[in-house]
Amino acid sequence: MIDFINLYLVPGLTIGSVYALGAVGISMIFGILRFAHFAHGDLMTLGGYGVLTAVWFIPIHPLLLLPFGIALAIVAALAVDQFFYKPLRKLPTIYTVIASFGVALIFRSLAQLFWSSGNQVFIPGVRMPVVLFDTFRISELHMQVIILTLIIAIALHFFLTRSKLGRAMRAVSDEPELAAVAGLDTERVIRWTWVIGASMAATAGVFAGMDTSMHPNLGWNLLLAMFAAAVLGGIGKPMGAIVGGLIIGVAEETATFTWFSDEAFISPSYKSAVAFFIMVALLLFRPQGLFKGRLL
Amino acid sequence: MEMTGLFFYLVSVLIAGGIYAVLCLALNVQWGMGGLFNAGIAGFFAVGAYASAIATTAMSSKHLGGFDLPIPFGLAAAMIVAGITGWVVAKICVRLKSDYLAMASVGIAEILRLVIVNESWLTNGSLGIAGVPRPFGNLVQGREADLLYLAVVWFCVLGVYILCQRLYVSPWGRTLRAIRDNEDSARAAGKDVDWFRLQTFVIGCAIMGLAGGLSAHYFKFLSPSATEPLLVTFLVWVMLMAGGSGNNRGAIVGALAIWFIWSATEIFTSRLPPEWVTRSSYIRMLLVGLLLQFVLQKFRSGLVPEKSPKIRSD
Repeated sequence: MIDFINLYLVPGLTIGSVYALGAVGISMIFGILRFAHFAHGDLMTLGGYGVLTAVWFIPIHPLLLLPFGIALAIVAALAVDQFFYKPLRKLPTIYTVIASFGVALIFRSLAQLFWSSGNQVFIPGVRMPVVLFDTFRISELHMQVIILTLIIAIALHFFLTRSKLGRAMRAVSDEPELAAVAGLDTERVIRWTWVIGASMAATAGVFAGMDTSMHPNLGWNLLLAMFAAAVLGGIGKPMGAIVGGLIIGVAEETATFTWFSDEAFISPSYKSAVAFFIMVALLLFRPQGLFKGRLL
Repeated sequence: MEMTGLFFYLVSVLIAGGIYAVLCLALNVQWGMGGLFNAGIAGFFAVGAYASAIATTAMSSKHLGGFDLPIPFGLAAAMIVAGITGWVVAKICVRLKSDYLAMASVGIAEILRLVIVNESWLTNGSLGIAGVPRPFGNLVQGREADLLYLAVVWFCVLGVYILCQRLYVSPWGRTLRAIRDNEDSARAAGKDVDWFRLQTFVIGCAIMGLAGGLSAHYFKFLSPSATEPLLVTFLVWVMLMAGGSGNNRGAIVGALAIWFIWSATEIFTSRLPPEWVTRSSYIRMLLVGLLLQFVLQKFRSGLVPEKSPKIRSD
């Protein structure tokens, strides 16, 4: 049981936090701009590299340098929206989806050009886990990731329910035509969607890169699980995306636990298929997700 | 010497270009005619490559079979296995709308890749399958064999083109385009939309499998890295958008044009200063990404835009 918590549940919540933060952006972009953003994983990668570069120059704890990664991701997101997505906004959204594939390719090749294609670590050396109550052995990073994600989730909740801008975002997400008629500045809402989505993506990218290592495919490898999390939470429901991310993360990790016999339930090499099956099952049986998201 | 070198370089470019033309025609069936967003092209390509390789190689203890069948059987097996895979996928996913189908098909490509890497009894895992035969392999050797293979590949391109063209002008193709352009009215006219989509997806996947088989016999060796999902899937999408989706000739023209540009950038990047050469493949990838944006914004209907045939009224 202790092993289950130490080796499956906590790592699951950690990777789940990464999915959750990425899925918030995917869910909001899907809700407000109405397309599946396939470059979101690579936006995460850029954010991770932004912090990695800052660590080279300012040798303090990487999490304190998050603003650098966030700034890079925001600039990148606003630039591609301006140059590549905005000209296609009047067309069927599937063209923007195709464009986002190209943007994913652009982000990744830039990451490889500037930071090389190898694995890089934020802090070298092995770090000992913290022992709590003599039984739980949890790495410091995992605790930081889970706690920070909870704080961000709470802040986001208050932003979306209390602030004027947050309410405008929810209005555009629920009824774009009505929101436009009511005089909401749609382009401004879109800009802020990118700012929030990119900030969270960068944060998630740093978490993921610190947990393992930074490499150019980091974000792309997480993309499918983040889509699954966004669908699970309901498209356009940021809080749903957080819950969905945590569920997908825990499901992936615990699927490799020895549930019914001495053998792992699912071979660890097929871990990334778990998210896919959850996503397909959802799309077929409950496409609105757990939190009654919109259907596109 | 210089001239023959250049000639055989051109031959190799045209062989790969032909394989991409087949893929591009396949995507045109799914996206151009049917409006189905398949982002898992590399997966079906890989399935075809492995099916044909397993069917035609000599008996081996390292992977499934080695059935030593003639190559046409291998290519047929590639189409059948990729088609069946496509059928399973379509059965589950084809009801999903555009963006969701894109997400699901990315996942399918990923799962197919996982199976290929992990199930070593089937595919010899990351070590790959060696000794895949070339057609007429014992007749000619060396460079002349490339020339012969060029003919084989383009014979297949021609066959697929004729098939796709027939599909396009047939009542079946007309129904498909009606569904693509206005699903509700097609449904109201009594067309079984899901059934048409299923057929479209399966036909496209089978043709993608054929392209995979052709590439396996060309390289004679197959490893999971040969089916790098990004490059295959992305390039084919760029090719179809640039060539003109919905038009079979456009698909072939787009495949060749983009493949020539892609190959030419290789010549260009090999002349870069040495410290940049190692990064040349990333520069090329960047160029493909930018090219796609350019095509989408300025060039959406492609080099050869779609022209729907007139419907005879008799």
